[in-house]
Amino acid sequence: RPPCALLLRGGLLVPCCYGAASLCSAVTGRPPCALLLRGGLLVPCYFILFCFQAECFPYPEISNEELEEINSFVAPVEKFFAEDVDSKRIDHEAKIPPETLNGLKELGLFGIQVPEEYGGLGLSNTMYARLGEIISLDGSIAVTLAAHQAIGLKGLLIAGSEEQKAKYLPKLASGEHVAAFCLTEPGSGSDAASIQTKASLSEDGKTYLLNGSKIWISNGGFADVMTVFARTEVVGEDGVKKDKISAFIVERAFGGVTSGKPEDKLGIRGSNTCEVSFDNCPVPVENVIGEVGGGFKVAMNILNSGRFSMGSAGAGMIKKLIEMTAEYAGSRRQFGKHLSEFGMIQEKFAVMAQNAFVMESMAYLTAGMMDRPGLSDCSLEAAMVKVFSSEGGWVCVSEALQVLGGLGYTKNYPYERYLRDCRILLIFEGTNEILRMYIALTGLQYAGKVFTDKIKKMKKGNVGVVSEMLGKRLGEMFGRSRDLGLTGTDGVVHPALADSAKKLEQNVVHFGSTVESLLYRYGKTIVDEQLILKRVADILINLYAMTAVLSRSSRSISIGLRNHDHEVLLANTFCTDAFFKNNYWMTQLQKNSLENQDENIKKIARQVLEKRSYICSHPLDRTF
Amino acid sequence: MSRVLVGVKRVIDYAVKVRVKPDHSGVVTDGVKHSMNPFCEIAVEEAVKLKEKKLFKEVVAVSCGPAQATETIRTALAMGCDRGIHVEVTGKDYESLGPLQVSKIFAALAKKEEASLVILGKQAIDDDCNQTGQMTAALLDWPQGTFASEVEIEGDKVKVVREIDGGLETIKINMPAVVTADLRLNTPRYATLPNIMKAKKKKIANMKPADLGVDIVSRLEVLRVDEPPTRLAGVKVETVDDLVAKLKESGTI
Repeated sequence: RPPCALLLRGGLLVPCCYGAASLCSAVTGRPPCALLLRGGLLVPCYFILFCFQAECFPYPEISNEELEEINSFVAPVEKFFAEDVDSKRIDHEAKIPPETLNGLKELGLFGIQVPEEYGGLGLSNTMYARLGEIISLDGSIAVTLAAHQAIGLKGLLIAGSEEQKAKYLPKLASGEHVAAFCLTEPGSGSDAASIQTKASLSEDGKTYLLNGSKIWISNGGFADVMTVFARTEVVGEDGVKKDKISAFIVERAFGGVTSGKPEDKLGIRGSNTCEVSFDNCPVPVENVIGEVGGGFKVAMNILNSGRFSMGSAGAGMIKKLIEMTAEYAGSRRQFGKHLSEFGMIQEKFAVMAQNAFVMESMAYLTAGMMDRPGLSDCSLEAAMVKVFSSEGGWVCVSEALQVLGGLGYTKNYPYERYLRDCRILLIFEGTNEILRMYIALTGLQYAGKVFTDKIKKMKKGNVGVVSEMLGKRLGEMFGRSRDLGLTGTDGVVHPALADSAKKLEQNVVHFGSTVESLLYRYGKTIVDEQLILKRVADILINLYAMTAVLSRSSRSISIGLRNHDHEVLLANTFCTDAFFKNNYWMTQLQKNSLENQDENIKKIARQVLEKRSYICSHPLDRTF
Repeated sequence: MSRVLVGVKRVIDYAVKVRVKPDHSGVVTDGVKHSMNPFCEIAVEEAVKLKEKKLFKEVVAVSCGPAQATETIRTALAMGCDRGIHVEVTGKDYESLGPLQVSKIFAALAKKEEASLVILGKQAIDDDCNQTGQMTAALLDWPQGTFASEVEIEGDKVKVVREIDGGLETIKINMPAVVTADLRLNTPRYATLPNIMKAKKKKIANMKPADLGVDIVSRLEVLRVDEPPTRLAGVKVETVDDLVAKLKESGTI
């Protein structure tokens, strides 16, 4: 491929480091990304920013027409949730009343992303995210709707044939039929590729017989149409028979489908979760989604496409919590002052506001990128949004509850329900542990391919390469920070945010060399170093968050949105915080870092897990 | 001839905590959530129900105000109205727009559109005037059925059950007539998202008061707006005698 270039000020062309961008696209199959500076100069992004597709600046916008439309949708949905949804009752009875479900169906909320031609609303990812902010006010309803359309029927939308879409989508969009997503099994949770449910082809080749059990299936108790994943025998190109996963559309009406009793859960109690078993369930061959044997990819695409909306859902919930909690903090008096006058209480509001701000910024940036034609795979970004939002949401709900003190702990207030409903966010849709692995390894994968060559040469003692790396290192040490085009006259970040943009640039550059060093030290075995990968993921998430926040607030200032100076404050505060956290993690990732206690941590864990208990003698024990 | 005109007003949402502007010239509306006046929603619902019963052919939603008033008309269209009319009034004119001017506009439109029935909410929740319906009827010299909790069309007459202080009053008036909706008239439907999408294709005509020959100069000048006095904490008493004593003390009895 043609070599890409870094256009330095002064017009000197320097080949980009390690031909980064071209290799990056060869590995990922995505176009080389770049930061588009004002004036149309393309600069290949430093390798880490490849992960964040170029179009992070400017912040995505929707047309006035679309904005009017989405605002006209927001009002009736908000009204419905304010007046006709009794969350307390739903939680208490562990059931969503049929009238409420009907109201949701009539509002059109069961087919938000189904194309209009099939009876849905045909809304974009951005609009879906916007509605998600309101729907998340009731956790059980949010999960029921998401299980139905974000994953249950999504397979049809992204991989279904025209016949399949025409047959199933209309009734799914109206809510006459409800959908569910059946992947997880008792022995296969995070390790989804190991599922054992089997689909065997009949002699006449017209029907598959489905046999197996699925667990934790949302809407499993009453779904009429399910996307089920099972192993099918496939003959490979080499003539070898393999059992590969295929995706099927299964109707309860086919027979042989039984649902277990609803799980009694900590939170989202109104959402139906149960076991679904298939006993010689006959599935016509026309109901295979996509290719036979291509089911795993379909599953991953489905899951990746729904993840980003957790950001806006979380933000919507936190914004509501801030309102409720601020009311209380502004009226409750102790020690002669309002609670809102005390520092530790104020800090909680700052944390909540920052979290909501970051979640919103990340969610709509990701949704905007997904909506752009030609750029629909944002699985890495979506994973980062999910991890940040689930953990941020958990922290914020807990802090909000804390402000209310004892009152927050009672069922008279909704805080305890929000807390219980929130906890699942870190678990489903891919546990945060799995997603951190995905984020870190995807980020390292391309870097690995690039550096493998260089590293081999280094290990052979190729002096030229070593001095190249050293030279670069020294350059960085003496503060010649890489200009990524974020700041300056042609920068894409507004001058008011220049400091934070510099921090982002510094982090990115430092991170680049950190990763280089990690790959050199560990090579392929880095896949097993979870504690290292965790830090890599956390840094990447922070970098994406900082990018989203800078992009969003740059736009707000530039177009003069109301309260943009508050946005600048939030952005700068978050970026500074993230900057120092990133630096600390990167310090821990250095060779022989004193700040890194991973060896001790693993040792402690080993000793505890060996005995499957806490092994210290009791402090009161004696030896004589 | 078989046409219903419904008036809808864009007001500050009922759930919002209203705050007075620092200069006491009015209330803060900038950046504040607005929605359709609840009584106007009830009026729209009634009009659409009458059309669904095939008693009328067309329902036209009308709103007077700045550009944002079209949002309110769109909601009315999503609830089932056939088309809308946006009478554009902006800036200072809008700030001083009151029942007298609006009723002149509605009267002119009722004549122009040859409406048989004009349905309005009994009052708006921002000014609580409760005058527009009555003034419109008077200007048109049409009969009026106000505070309606039940509306029935009987031939060319309208039977209206009115909520009055003493109870319920049933009257029968000739059409064309003006009816104003009270709380218990009906439960407005939600504007469902599919209907909102369909409503995008419905037309909203745009015009100015001058086009209708209406002069909107206000005869009222708002001098000052203040918040109501803050409610003070109550006092608990132990016995009825204490209560009587306190009431005498405060001069209430």
